[in-house]
Amino acid sequence: MELFWYIVLMTMLTIYIILDGYDFGAGIIHLFFAKTEKDKKAITNAIGPFWDANEVWLIAVGGVLFFAFPTLYAASFSGFYLPLIMILWLLIFRAIGLELRGQIHNKLWETIWDKAFGIASLLLALFFGIALGNVVRGVNLGMVTNGVSAHEPHYFFLPLWNSSFSPHSEHLGIIDWFTILLGIIGVVALTIHGANWIIYKTNSDLNTKLRSVIFKLNFVLLALVIVSLLVWHIIEPKPFHNFIKHPWLWVFPLITFAGLFGLFKVKTFKKDGIGFIFSSLFLFGGLSSTVASIFPKLLPSTNTTNPDLTIYNMAADSYGLAVGLNWFIIAFILVIVYFIIQYKVFKGKMDDVGYGEH
Amino acid sequence: MEDMLFYDRMQFAFTITFHYLFPQLTMGLSLMIVYFKWKFLRTKTETYNDAAKFWMKIFALNFAMGVVTGIPMEFQFGTNWAKFSELTGGIIGQTLAMEGMFSFFLESSFLGLFIFGEKLLGHKLHFVTGFLVFLGSWASGFLIIATHSWMQHPVGYEILENGKFVLTNFSALFTNEWLWPSYLHNQAASLVTASFVVAAIGSFYILNNKHSEFGKLFVKTGVIFGLIASILVAFPTGDMMAKNVVKHQPVTFAAMEGIFETEDGGSEIILIGQPDMKDKKLDNKIAVPNILSFLTYQKWDAEIKGLNEFDEDVHPTNVPGLYYAYHIMVGLGTIFIGLMLAAIVQLFRKKLYKTKWILWSLMFMLPFPYIANTTGWYTAELGRQPWLVYNLLRTSAGASPTVSAGNTLFTLLGFIGLYLLLGLLFLMIAGKIINKGPEITTH
Repeated sequence: MELFWYIVLMTMLTIYIILDGYDFGAGIIHLFFAKTEKDKKAITNAIGPFWDANEVWLIAVGGVLFFAFPTLYAASFSGFYLPLIMILWLLIFRAIGLELRGQIHNKLWETIWDKAFGIASLLLALFFGIALGNVVRGVNLGMVTNGVSAHEPHYFFLPLWNSSFSPHSEHLGIIDWFTILLGIIGVVALTIHGANWIIYKTNSDLNTKLRSVIFKLNFVLLALVIVSLLVWHIIEPKPFHNFIKHPWLWVFPLITFAGLFGLFKVKTFKKDGIGFIFSSLFLFGGLSSTVASIFPKLLPSTNTTNPDLTIYNMAADSYGLAVGLNWFIIAFILVIVYFIIQYKVFKGKMDDVGYGEH
Repeated sequence: MEDMLFYDRMQFAFTITFHYLFPQLTMGLSLMIVYFKWKFLRTKTETYNDAAKFWMKIFALNFAMGVVTGIPMEFQFGTNWAKFSELTGGIIGQTLAMEGMFSFFLESSFLGLFIFGEKLLGHKLHFVTGFLVFLGSWASGFLIIATHSWMQHPVGYEILENGKFVLTNFSALFTNEWLWPSYLHNQAASLVTASFVVAAIGSFYILNNKHSEFGKLFVKTGVIFGLIASILVAFPTGDMMAKNVVKHQPVTFAAMEGIFETEDGGSEIILIGQPDMKDKKLDNKIAVPNILSFLTYQKWDAEIKGLNEFDEDVHPTNVPGLYYAYHIMVGLGTIFIGLMLAAIVQLFRKKLYKTKWILWSLMFMLPFPYIANTTGWYTAELGRQPWLVYNLLRTSAGASPTVSAGNTLFTLLGFIGLYLLLGLLFLMIAGKIINKGPEITTH
């Protein structure tokens, strides 16, 4: 039962990152590459009808996490208190940037909200990468010093950073050089992903430029992935432990590299949607490989006094999980139906004005 | 520790108060938009369709504000109330996760279609998408009230040795005695907000001599919906709720009503008075004898226990706050019924659009349903304090153990700053949309 809910949760999280990921990417593109009003319009139109529903996946992930792994929800949300609240602020800022920009036609007003949208998107992409880094690296559970827990074994608290910026420090921070590395991977991967979405959804003048940007960024991404694999050993002494035990798990890294390879080859395909499929594959493969490598841990402990948080010691009671199954299956089917309807109605490329006035 | 609890409570109170300004309008308004669209399909009068489209703009703006201020609500359970989440997550996680899965996806998917899809879908399907948005927003309210009701009146649970609440009966969550009266009361109250907003803006148009055709339609629709909704808030839903409170939380009831001493031969209903916590009595009171006993038990001499009979340890944390919140809500509710009744009388005499004092009153009444809804919510929440889960888990035992007061203060200030900005921007944009008025479809 725990395993089922774990898979549900990870699937939903991946869907969220792939969907809202292109929104963040579009925001980053908007910040750096949208020079004209027409470019900006093309970018916001490409995400216009979708971003709201994409964001709902985050709320749904939070809800399912709360329901299926309440202890983990409690421990991690209070432990990562500061960055989570800041993520909330950024999400709010980004959303109002999108909603309010078009409401008043004034140069200064538009510039302010363009920047709010772009910068918040960039920081969110960075933060999500950093978050992944924290989960992989682990935290000092129970806030142990000299072998003594200051708190219950599954609680912790992390400041934003400490002066050493090292993932091996006794007093860890949210930000260290390892988590920053994953943060940068997040930014680069989502920029590529967002650019692919814009190319897929629009006939914008920007598309040609975006194609060459993606091509260059692919090399950066490849380099970053290799570096991160090399330093992974520093964080996890036996990174392939699970892969050796269950060889079928290699399918996930293979998907990652297939996605990455496809991104390099995208020019040979005539259709515009292909690039987006490859960047989605890369994100899916990357996330699932990471998850597979730390399974069944949800949050590793950096000390030996307190055990890792795993799907088994963090799950809710089995009756609750079993009942949840009934409504969840119905709800999930409905959600898929909504998405098919939504993407069918707004299928294909958008013209300059999107699908109608907003 | 004391500081931290204070900041945690202030942060939740502040963020939920601000958040609830938006969904209370969107829930009621979604029903009225569906009504306008339905009238258009039946009568083919473009005015109704234009009205639906105009209110949809206000709806969309409010919905967006509701969403962005709603995400922090869910997060705060984990960030600020970790202990509470850990202990009760197996139960309230059910209803909260269901809210995300069943209602948010429904709302957000079809709101996009409703806003962008009129030309693509045709009017009938456009109506259906509007209806689904309405359904989603009402389902969302239902699941939140279900969560809230479990905290007020826990059912279907068992407490393990480690203090964790586990679910033993899923259906009990939805047959909870507390749930249905609260839900219906709440939905009627949100319809009150929406009707008053619609009527207020209609009055504004008439008094301003612009968009008069819409002005009349809005005022008429607003007062019809408004009268029905304000009556429903008081009876039967408000009455049912009061009976629930007296049955399950008698000490809360005593504090709400301002009854300190149990009186022989029936309790009076307090219209006005000031709780004096030092001497445990009500100062300057104006009261009507025996009415409270009758309203509560349908017997003139029924006994209602006063606050002083309960152990002080279980008294609501903030008795005056609770008393005032409740009396403001009830007082405003009474005024709403009176004003809407007067408006309906004038409507039937075909004089409503010329009765200046009613139009002015409707316009200036705009903020008051919001105040009534907020104080109503405070009545429920202050009534439950000092408990998070009534009689079982104290608020002081629910806060996050590792988050320090400084962090909570920092984020509280951040939320205050951000929400002030949001509120200002919201008023600016809403004012602009209202001032511009509905766009008329020309053939």
